[in-house]
Amino acid sequence: MHPFRYARLADLAAALTAAKDSTAEFLAGGTDMLQLLKDDIRRPARLLDLGGIAELQGIEAGPSGLRLGALARMSDVAEHPVVKAEYPVLSQALLASASPQVRNMGTMGGNLLQRTRCLYFRDIATPCNRRIPDSGCGALNGENRLHAILGGSDHCVATHPSDLAVALVALDAVLVAQSLGGKRRIPVEAFHLAPGETPDRETALAPGEIITAVEVPATAFARRSLYYKVRDRASFEFALAAAAVALDLGEGRIREARVALGGVATKPWRAHSVEAALRGAPLERAAFETAASHAADGAQVLAQNGFKVALVQRAVLHALVTLGT
Amino acid sequence: MSGDGGVRGWIKRWSRRGFLQATAWGGGGLIVGRAGVGAAYGDPLPNGGRGATAATMDRLPLTLRVNGETMTLAVDPRTTLLDVLRNHLGLTGTKKGCDMGACGACTVHIDGRRVLSCLTIAAAAEGNAITSIEGLASGEGLHPMQAAFIAHDAFQCGYCTPGQIMSAVALVEEGHAGSAADIREFMSGNICRCGAYNNIVDAVQSVAKHQAAGRG
Repeated sequence: MHPFRYARLADLAAALTAAKDSTAEFLAGGTDMLQLLKDDIRRPARLLDLGGIAELQGIEAGPSGLRLGALARMSDVAEHPVVKAEYPVLSQALLASASPQVRNMGTMGGNLLQRTRCLYFRDIATPCNRRIPDSGCGALNGENRLHAILGGSDHCVATHPSDLAVALVALDAVLVAQSLGGKRRIPVEAFHLAPGETPDRETALAPGEIITAVEVPATAFARRSLYYKVRDRASFEFALAAAAVALDLGEGRIREARVALGGVATKPWRAHSVEAALRGAPLERAAFETAASHAADGAQVLAQNGFKVALVQRAVLHALVTLGT
Repeated sequence: MSGDGGVRGWIKRWSRRGFLQATAWGGGGLIVGRAGVGAAYGDPLPNGGRGATAATMDRLPLTLRVNGETMTLAVDPRTTLLDVLRNHLGLTGTKKGCDMGACGACTVHIDGRRVLSCLTIAAAAEGNAITSIEGLASGEGLHPMQAAFIAHDAFQCGYCTPGQIMSAVALVEEGHAGSAADIREFMSGNICRCGAYNNIVDAVQSVAKHQAAGRG
């Protein structure tokens, strides 16, 4: 670990002032930051602990939706009775994340800002465009079984690791970002960036901004929602393919649908073509199969990850059949 | 890599262990738990030296509440709670496995919640109630989960056991011991290389049943 100074921030005003310091990093739950520090991937001069800031805490559930403080813990959100009953995809995605200990530490904001788990990113002995711009990509022609089939570029094909973000995309959730200049709202769908030619630029968060909260609107489709995650082992593992699906049903048909994918793309991936095929469709297996067949539209496979095309289609189909019948 | 693997890594680790033992004996016992412990023994390199820069940093004064006792010490800001417990306070029941949050051997409770001490900056735990495996028993009487692990032969080498027990105690409190499947899922953050999982599930179930009967 590179040497740093540690300080605990008293309030949001102190955090917003500190956010301008490019040599500082914020500490929330620490589950990703400590790994990055230990691996020498992040080398801040100052580590600033957000943990005591009251404005960033709390889970509020009201008629218009949820407000999740940026420091709300994954386990607390997952076990919240309103989240479990009315936003099941959110609770399920969180419970499918990491381990109970990590969920007791990890926060909403920290989870959304976690870095990729690509083996090449984590191994500082290998090149990685995301870690060091223009240093190359080890995965393109290397070990790429776990990598993305959607949203990749010649510079990076790492999958986005968050289950939470995938569920939030399916729920039309919005992040509240604040800086000294004011507050703005960013849809989660637009928050994470595909790598393109600048894989080191991962989110739409601007310098000086911090996430203060996540807002999840109360929608007609939130209550009938599901997170289905396929992985190499039963628990404590990242997704090979995951589907967050939310449906609003009426008169034997699908009125509205949200489908977001994890484990297959460089960012939490909204499957617009699946949603389009579902709108107005009858609740029949054939209709679900047609819609699910679009899950990997636009896929570009690498040497080892071609299996993810069928896997993600079947994951979506499984979620649709479970929810719609 | 940072040269910590292979033969050189072995030498480094041996040297470090030798250094720790020497300081422990030279200092007249590690389990002091009073003012200035960290400063008196010197800081082992945070993170076991991996990828670290041996630069001198200002020490951070800390007051930690561990197993009901208030401990005052001064540490390098990089020091994890795990390293404070083991290297500064002599509470070596908490184990260092992967040191990266993947194995659960370092599980402790902070304000009653199970967390990973290897991914906790010690300074961030100031003001919280920290419980390590040493704080579980009351006097000579084992915690029911400790007794159940012995009764059900829920370990072989024992290295992961303190973390397993800390996790299991929290799991029962959380209400996640309803079925063997639930126990397996909610113990998934604790890895056992000896494969004592079946007996661990038995031990957890026996405590959960006993507590449910006690409440009923």
